[in-house]
Amino acid sequence: MNPKKIMVINTHAPYGKATARESLDAVLAASAYDQDLSLLFLGDAVFQLLQQQDTAALEAKSLSTALPVLPLYDVTAIYAQQSALDARGLTRADLVLDVECLENHQITALMDSQDILLSF
Amino acid sequence: MILHTVNKSPFSHSLLEACLAIMGAKHSLLLLEDGVYGTLKTSPMAAALAERGRAGAIYALEADLRARGLTDTALLSCVKPIDYAGFVRLATEHSKVQSWF
Amino acid sequence: MIFSLAVYGAPYSSQASDSAYRFAAAALAGGHSIYRLFFYADGVHNATRLAAPPQDELDLPQRWRTLIQAHKIDSVVCIAAALRRGIINREEAERYERDADNLAPGFEISGLGQLVDAAVHSDRLVTFGD
Repeated sequence: MNPKKIMVINTHAPYGKATARESLDAVLAASAYDQDLSLLFLGDAVFQLLQQQDTAALEAKSLSTALPVLPLYDVTAIYAQQSALDARGLTRADLVLDVECLENHQITALMDSQDILLSF
Repeated sequence: MILHTVNKSPFSHSLLEACLAIMGAKHSLLLLEDGVYGTLKTSPMAAALAERGRAGAIYALEADLRARGLTDTALLSCVKPIDYAGFVRLATEHSKVQSWF
Repeated sequence: MIFSLAVYGAPYSSQASDSAYRFAAAALAGGHSIYRLFFYADGVHNATRLAAPPQDELDLPQRWRTLIQAHKIDSVVCIAAALRRGIINREEAERYERDADNLAPGFEISGLGQLVDAAVHSDRLVTFGD
């Protein structure tokens, strides 16, 4: 079977709900399946990408530490919504990963080109 | 062709706005659960939905509308109520489903 | 058409699992098939066999069991999400030395890879988030 284009779509900020962490777990699981995997961060999910998330007091795993391992799993197609970054006063320099920032019309086209969307 | 589903009220969440921002011309939208409050003429996204609705393809789950006491007169005319069989049909008619929650 | 459903919401907490159940029932009634139900995050609570809702209320875990058994649907509970939340089968209860198990018949505990496998082997994946 040809590899399928799978995009994991994140819309949630980290920690308040477990969704961000559960999405990352799904990404790591999916990375083992030899599919064409990509990640998209929309809206509040761009907060997942912030540097220096110190979760020691929460006794929880930090996404600042967890997300940079993605390239080690060959997950390198990582996109963030430019308008979401702008609305939150963030730039690429604030982010823990080297993501590609996309305008909304580019996001629409990218989602259209996928075989499978995993919504988180 | 993507079917987007939104299950949160636009009066308290920005999900519907976020969804509309990246909805393609051939995409469709289904409002369900608390998402059906987005069908009200008084919704913060009413103008955007009405604009979008001219191209058709905005749906709301009838069971969720009825459960919340949302009556025809208060609803945007571009919204088509559907049942769960209609939801299944929409899912078959689009190549993918993106859920906003 | 072949569907898989991903269910993230707990019964009695959000409407997500109820919507998922009604979608599944409608899909089957419409002549479609379901490759897999995947219960993740709080959705794993749908798989307890110990829920005891009031008799005049919908028993959603029971509805799932009936649907799953009637249509022989492959129904997977994510192991990481389930064990964290105390949804556990006998094998895992023994492994972790817990004094009881609660996974309902018809459900199996497995890894997140089953979600990816479901997405790859179905025509449509529909997610019900809470």
